[in-house]
Amino acid sequence: MAQVGRGIPRLEARSKVTGRAEYTHNLRLPGMLYAKVFRSTVPHGRIVRIDTSAAAALPGVERVVTGEDIRKVIPEPYYGPAFHDQPILALDKVRHVGEPVAAVVAADPHVAEQAVQLIEAEYEELPAVYDEVEAMTSQAIVHEVLKPAGTFADLKHLAGKTGTNVALDFHLTRGDTDKAFAGADHVFEHTFRSQQALHLAFEPFVAVAEPGDGMVTVHTSNQTPSFVRMEIARLLGWQENQVRVKVPLLGGGFGAKVYVKLEPLVVALALIVRRPVKVALTMEEQFYMITKHPTTFRIKSGVTKDGKITARECEVHWNGGAYADIGPRVCQKSGFTAPGPYDIDHIKIDSYELYTNRTPCGALRGFGIPQLVWAYECHTDIIARELGIDPVEMRRKNILREGRPQATGTKMKDAAIEQVLDALAEQMPWSKPFDRGTGVIRRGRGIAIGFKASISPTTSVAIVNVSADGSASLNMATTDMGQGSDTIMAQIVAEVLDIQAEHVRVMHTDTDITPYDMGTLGSRSTFHMGHAVRLAAEDAKAKLAALAAEAGLPPGTNYPPSEIFVKRYGMRAGNVIGSGTYIPTYQSPDKTTGMSENVTPFWMIGGTGAEIEVDTETGKVRVTRLVNVADCGTPINPRIATTQLSGGATMALGFTLFEDMVLDGGQVTNASLADYKIPGMHDIPPMYNELVDAKQSNGPFGAKGLGESATFGVSPAIANALDDAVGIRLTDLPMTPEAVLRALRAKEGRPLEDDA
Amino acid sequence: MSVARTIHFTLNGRKVSTEIEPHHNLVELLQRFDLFGARESCGQGLCGCCTAVVDGQPVSGCLYFAVMVDGKSVTTVEAFDADGALSKVQQAFIDHGAFQCGFCTPGFVLMTHQLLQDKPNPSDDDIRDYLSGNLCRCAAYPEIIAAVKAAARAGR
Ligand code: FES
Ligand code: FES
Repeated sequence: MAQVGRGIPRLEARSKVTGRAEYTHNLRLPGMLYAKVFRSTVPHGRIVRIDTSAAAALPGVERVVTGEDIRKVIPEPYYGPAFHDQPILALDKVRHVGEPVAAVVAADPHVAEQAVQLIEAEYEELPAVYDEVEAMTSQAIVHEVLKPAGTFADLKHLAGKTGTNVALDFHLTRGDTDKAFAGADHVFEHTFRSQQALHLAFEPFVAVAEPGDGMVTVHTSNQTPSFVRMEIARLLGWQENQVRVKVPLLGGGFGAKVYVKLEPLVVALALIVRRPVKVALTMEEQFYMITKHPTTFRIKSGVTKDGKITARECEVHWNGGAYADIGPRVCQKSGFTAPGPYDIDHIKIDSYELYTNRTPCGALRGFGIPQLVWAYECHTDIIARELGIDPVEMRRKNILREGRPQATGTKMKDAAIEQVLDALAEQMPWSKPFDRGTGVIRRGRGIAIGFKASISPTTSVAIVNVSADGSASLNMATTDMGQGSDTIMAQIVAEVLDIQAEHVRVMHTDTDITPYDMGTLGSRSTFHMGHAVRLAAEDAKAKLAALAAEAGLPPGTNYPPSEIFVKRYGMRAGNVIGSGTYIPTYQSPDKTTGMSENVTPFWMIGGTGAEIEVDTETGKVRVTRLVNVADCGTPINPRIATTQLSGGATMALGFTLFEDMVLDGGQVTNASLADYKIPGMHDIPPMYNELVDAKQSNGPFGAKGLGESATFGVSPAIANALDDAVGIRLTDLPMTPEAVLRALRAKEGRPLEDDA
Repeated sequence: MSVARTIHFTLNGRKVSTEIEPHHNLVELLQRFDLFGARESCGQGLCGCCTAVVDGQPVSGCLYFAVMVDGKSVTTVEAFDADGALSKVQQAFIDHGAFQCGFCTPGFVLMTHQLLQDKPNPSDDDIRDYLSGNLCRCAAYPEIIAAVKAAARAGR
């Protein structure tokens, strides 16, 4: 029976409904100590003095550790995937409120917590910068010297640079936008801004380090175990095989738990106190770890009178916060899609990653794409409305079709943009008359589409182990954080080996035995790891055939594997171990023009249609229907795939209507679930989810990723619906009732007092 | 810190006792008994990940002092499959894929049991109202509603 394409429940379903699922959150080791973190209260300052004496004197405190103490076990304690800019505990300077400055280790976490309150720090405050555009020219410089990690070729030229907050600038030029604007019938220009928001996985960041004999074991809730191993080994100056990283299930990730986060700290503490140490953040502390980039995106288009876009200029400023994390990759990898899924001859992109004195910003379900789609789909809609062209028609006229070059010059392949647009229009249904209402409650509808390239070129390795009874185990470093990777990878193994997916055992990562994977991020696993798993299973199958031949069985024998083993070894004994490695082909964008013939192995397409109601007296927007459509090729597990659509769209709904990390003088004023609202039961509109009938021809069994696709279009679809309903255009996120009411009143010529 | 005291209570039908300090919450108490289904996430009584049932009333374990269960009866999600078989609610959650990461799931399962005790045939609005104190960051809400309805049909 075909295993790929079955909508089976998640393999670990039983453990989840019984409360017995294994998370790092639950882990307790014999002799384990707990550490709590003392954090900076100033956004930017030189450390004058840290007084830990009272904390150290508290009974029950094992050790108080500062940045200088870390140097005893890690002499150069700076980490990061793109820049080695982040100290494990602050050294010399603090760069954002909430930055870890010291840690207290104790057997009782409550004692550690109490001791943290007794630490005092004195800072010489420095001028700070919070806005990404101001950071371009600000006198406040977050990092004195830039320190790229050396992993990425396009960051090398930044090494040693001083006096700048620009952590990467990416540029792309195709054709001649100036000339095209001069010849265009209409030129439109708008600026859109997005807010700082965050992942808020319900299992907050947690890691445990366990020192061993010439090695260290790190148990962590992390999406990139192989990177953790490499980075910890680099920090310690050890070999990779001295670092063991174990990752069970994750209680959510959404891009927060990528690269290293708490791991360097727990390792340093464990090596200092020579005991296992656990650090588990509170929900509040998650606001100081990693967030989503605020952005300012200026977009300008030249258009013919019948709505053909001839030129587009995109200037994007990404607010990266105090440490680069993976921001420079967001700036480049997402930056090159800034003009949208449109066929435009003349294009210019300038994308800047900026350091500021905010909590660092990294990847959040979409790797920067939702911020871009927010701007280009609002902009595209405004143009359509101004030219009197139907918004669906406007897009149909301009979308990138199969074989046409995207901004980088890479030709589109297996990108079902038109199908997604058609499905949206049909499901809305766009051609039917729509009642916009006349009273206090007005109604509107809008659509938006977006696309994303995959993270390339990246490597995945998998091992499939067939035991002598014919049962199979899969060993891979893809971590299941709820997206269902364990289940779909088991389906791939089962498909190749012709067994039941439910009978495949998926082992959780232990880097002592689990091979390398770049990471569970950017919707890359289904494609990259999916291929590696397929290759590993095929290798195992070929080895089984070879074993059968050695046993003297005729080629193509129907003997079950268990009997092949007995025939070959005389008893139930032995193993067959298949391995597979996958890396797609890739050409990195040209340094000056940004051009590449092969910038991604696949494209993800997502579209959203929204129907809303606006209360014109209160400004409250209620989404009454959400249509989520995506192209994920041929889904391996259609049921799990569909929940990725509704889940992604709902998360984006929060970022659209209410989620907002509020900053006041560098302080986060709403760092708790009480003050930072996320979508709950009552916020969920009726949803229609559709995966268009498509096939990714170079994907495993025709599949590709989709964990992020449903997040792309939600914000602009709702903004477009708002315009449709009441004729106001919001250009900042989130679209709170207050923002809507202000715009409504301004439009009516009776602005709210403080706007007047 | 403060003085520990001994408490006696019933945990999933079994009489137990332990020493506990007055500032410990119910989640920490349950961890002592190797029960990890109730888990602290928001720490503010807002997400429902730490839900447990005390004398028939669902409580937020993160805000509920452990000493307060002295002499009471505590039920956690681990009670439902104590005999090895899943409850109808748990089975319905699996059948309808009503979770992704699963971190919030024990709270939803417990609250669904409570709901169906109070209202064996809940409407969509009943379900939304009753479960509005539980949050799911993975947003498995549509599947949760479907699972609750299926469990109601199956009679818990
Ligand atoms: S942890 Fe208790 S309600 Fe959130
Ligand atoms: S399933 Fe992840 S929080 Fe609900």
